[in-house]
Amino acid sequence: MKAAPTATLTSFPNRWLPYLLLAPQLAITCVFFVWPAFKALSGAFYQSNPFGLGSYFVGLGNFTALFADPAYLHAIGITLVYSLSTTVLSMGMGLFLAVLTEDLVAGHTFFRTLFIWPYAVAPAIAGALWLFAFAPQIGPATDLLAALGIQWNYALNGTQALLLIISLTAWQQIAYNFLFFTAGLQGIPDALLEAASLDGASYMRRFFGIVFPLLAPTTFFLLIMNITYVFFDTFGVISIVTQGGPSNATQTLVYKVYQDGFQNLNLGSAAAQSIILMLLVGLLTLFQFRYLDRQIHYQ
Amino acid sequence: MPLTTGFAAKIAKTLAALAVSAALLPMAAQTMAADRIQLSFWTAMGGMRGEVLQHLVNEFNASQQRYTVVPVFKGTYKETMLATIAAYRAHATPDIAQILDVGTATMMGSKGTYIPVYRLMQREHIPFSTQQFIPAAASYYADTQNRLVSLPFNSSTPVLFYNKTLLNRIGAKPPKTWAQMGTIGAKLVAAGVPCGFTTDHPNWIQMEQFSVWNGVHYATDDNGYQSAKNVKLRIDDPVFVKHLAQLGTWSKSGVFEYVGASPGPSTALFVSGHCAMYTASSASYPTIQAGAKFPFGVAPLPYASTQPDAPQNTVVGGASLWVMNGLPADHYPGIAAFLHFLMSDKAQAYWAKRTNYVPSTRGGFARLKQEGFYADNPGTIVAVEELKNKPPKPWTMGIRLGYMPQIRQIIRNEMSAVFAGQQTAGQALATAKRQGDQLLAQFYLSQREGH
Amino acid sequence: MKIRQLRVRTLVLALAALAILTPLYIALVAASHSARALLGEFPLLPGGQLLHNFASVLFQGLPGAPPVWLMLGNSLLMALGITVGKLTISILSAYAVVYFRFPLRMTAFWLIFLTLMLPVEVRFFPTYQVTAGLHMLNSYGGLIVPLIASATATFLFRQFFLTLPHTLVDAARIDGAGPVRFFLDTALPLSRTNIAALFVLEFVYGWNQYLWPLLTTNNQNYATIVMGIQGMITAAASFSLPQWNLVMATALLALTPPVLVVVLMQRWFIKGLTETEK
Repeated sequence: MKAAPTATLTSFPNRWLPYLLLAPQLAITCVFFVWPAFKALSGAFYQSNPFGLGSYFVGLGNFTALFADPAYLHAIGITLVYSLSTTVLSMGMGLFLAVLTEDLVAGHTFFRTLFIWPYAVAPAIAGALWLFAFAPQIGPATDLLAALGIQWNYALNGTQALLLIISLTAWQQIAYNFLFFTAGLQGIPDALLEAASLDGASYMRRFFGIVFPLLAPTTFFLLIMNITYVFFDTFGVISIVTQGGPSNATQTLVYKVYQDGFQNLNLGSAAAQSIILMLLVGLLTLFQFRYLDRQIHYQ
Repeated sequence: MPLTTGFAAKIAKTLAALAVSAALLPMAAQTMAADRIQLSFWTAMGGMRGEVLQHLVNEFNASQQRYTVVPVFKGTYKETMLATIAAYRAHATPDIAQILDVGTATMMGSKGTYIPVYRLMQREHIPFSTQQFIPAAASYYADTQNRLVSLPFNSSTPVLFYNKTLLNRIGAKPPKTWAQMGTIGAKLVAAGVPCGFTTDHPNWIQMEQFSVWNGVHYATDDNGYQSAKNVKLRIDDPVFVKHLAQLGTWSKSGVFEYVGASPGPSTALFVSGHCAMYTASSASYPTIQAGAKFPFGVAPLPYASTQPDAPQNTVVGGASLWVMNGLPADHYPGIAAFLHFLMSDKAQAYWAKRTNYVPSTRGGFARLKQEGFYADNPGTIVAVEELKNKPPKPWTMGIRLGYMPQIRQIIRNEMSAVFAGQQTAGQALATAKRQGDQLLAQFYLSQREGH
Repeated sequence: MKIRQLRVRTLVLALAALAILTPLYIALVAASHSARALLGEFPLLPGGQLLHNFASVLFQGLPGAPPVWLMLGNSLLMALGITVGKLTISILSAYAVVYFRFPLRMTAFWLIFLTLMLPVEVRFFPTYQVTAGLHMLNSYGGLIVPLIASATATFLFRQFFLTLPHTLVDAARIDGAGPVRFFLDTALPLSRTNIAALFVLEFVYGWNQYLWPLLTTNNQNYATIVMGIQGMITAAASFSLPQWNLVMATALLALTPPVLVVVLMQRWFIKGLTETEK
């Protein structure tokens, strides 16, 4: 979609109406976004009584405490492992399925329907499905794993808990990657592929030589989107399935803010953690706008 | 087309109005006599416990004309505490809030938000003394001069449940000490029992209660009772390290099995006959009774025979009732009367009988005894006997540390790493102490005025 | 394409589709049996208790958790409120930014853009405090209003308005139509497909909210189904015979509305997803 040159666009001469139209959006933005962000910013430099009785200025104390806290550094690591593994898994599956369904005339919509529905399931509800399937001792998946000789107890084994939430999130994210890769594949001119086909290039060579490089912008875009998703939208999964445990093995940065702020009432630390997360989203958003060719997904 | 800022809210309201008739629950529809003063009582008691509480409240409401106590279920303990704090900040506090045991330090440090119970009773001329309570049930909520700041309400303490069939199979009696636990556990495993014992809330039972039961300091300054300044954990003491290391070893050999901190899965392990013994809250009695298909018994929590004072006393866990400050003056006589009613022998006995919490007052205990409750329900007296075992020492009255929920979480995580064989007990407790001490320092700052 | 290759391909796709469906099948089997039947070997086929279990959770619920019909109703209300609210305020702001020239126009635009950087997950603590301060905890307003500011929807409408030929505006002005008439007669009807696409996306977003309702409601009258699943799990585990069949029945009821919306309005869903980036 090409942006029309705004300067020449006719506009309505009206002094107050535009403000009126913007008022609801701006009011909500100021009350529920800007003001809280400002509060978080200031709260991060205090240790405060949860009842609001008083607060004590600690400078950067909350931040230095965080970076000296092995649990926080651990949460950073866990969040990275979780998001990268999920991204690679779900992007791989999404691309694989998109390539297989591409130019499948009959049944394309049928398979598409079967691939995309998990996207509509709330992460917390998906968590409940997984929780039961993999529950120690009673879950059917646990039975299956036991039959394969794998001793499964994710309530005790941190690696298993992490694997569980990675597979769950990847399952949900296949849909997203599948749809974007499908769109990306459709954007590749047929003539290019036909020419390569006439050259007698094998399918694999055609794919890795021509198709995959042409998908690079889509791939890069999806990389950022998947990582952002896992960073910020998987609270429900953690909360239902593992509560960050065992031994913090699945404690992500967002879940830690919740635990420290809401469960443990350490407001200063929670505010400092919020600030760090905001900076992180800001960076990812900027990155996305600065380096991504926006044309590719506005076809 | 409406264009005001309230537009979105209006949509919400219209939509809400459409469904509001449907959304009315019986509780919300409860009608009240107009001339009575309503006292809101926020609780974390859902399900069966909520019903027992409602019965007591109804009895109080029927006993007088001026006040109607309205219990409101606010979710889990942590949700109830958070709701109370949010309500205070929004100037809409309940009259009475049920606050979990480890929230005590935060509450006490927030002076001005509550009225100490002893002072309320003094003001309303209701005879009230800490002596009316079972010492270790009251000490958790008493100030340094042994005056009760909040009213002990639902209280339990850990005990040892054991499967009589399985212990009989190896001809053993329940272990008195942790050393005996090791021997008996090993015998059970050798006899083909898959698991010697399991535990719920390992941080509460195997660390906090372990410390008071064996007369060991958990933190400096009498576990934080004397002052919040410079308080440090003492959980790196060899007696804790030794106990945790032992649990780690047992976790490998099958003497001990750990399935997570929440009571659900561990109860299932004991009730299904998988584990022969179970260290758990005394309030688990009814659940175990309902689920176990074998005769079971209750014994005191094992103690460490190496400690000269052991066994000392256990303390209560659970929650207490806090009276909020800043309410209309005519509410306080009603609140005082209600709390006084809850302390009555009759109410205490009713509550303990139906919920299997321990009574907090001596009078309640005497009445239960006299009614034959303990004779009819063998084992239920063990919890009270642990609490009354010896008068508490200054460092066995309870644990009063700030950011305690967070500290508990740290300790629990370190413990489960030991159970999983990922690190040694010494490392685990040293890490937990370091992080815990940092939180204690932060908490002290959060309690200071001004900036 | 060779027939054999096509067959292999279809087979692989079918296997993938089945694998993706497995968790749903497990839930369906569990939801259609009694709690006792789930204790031993897991049954391979669905049982006959599905409707019974649905009815049981819908109208009775579990102790300590509200009945599921109430939570479904609240979820519907919240999802629709968020969707309608987001679409309304976004289309209005996009219209203002595109069709008017006024001081601070770009400031307003960047202020809206800011919300993109602050998903509720990173600012929930201070937002909660503001909401509490406005006495909006435990209300439909508190569930809905803080979530309806939307940079993405505003951007999409803005992009769309910019593509409309400006001769349309000129023609309207010659006819003597003001901005309100132009909006109602031209801009709004032309935005139909965008509205449909965003409707699907935002409905799913709204229905699936978990953290925000968890924080802002502790009165069970306002519990939504997605956050309520946690209470159901806790309640189900408190029985000596865990009621997993009822939890799975609840999960099925909770996931059906958004899945149906996405599956039935697939075209709009894909359009919305690929054109708004998120």
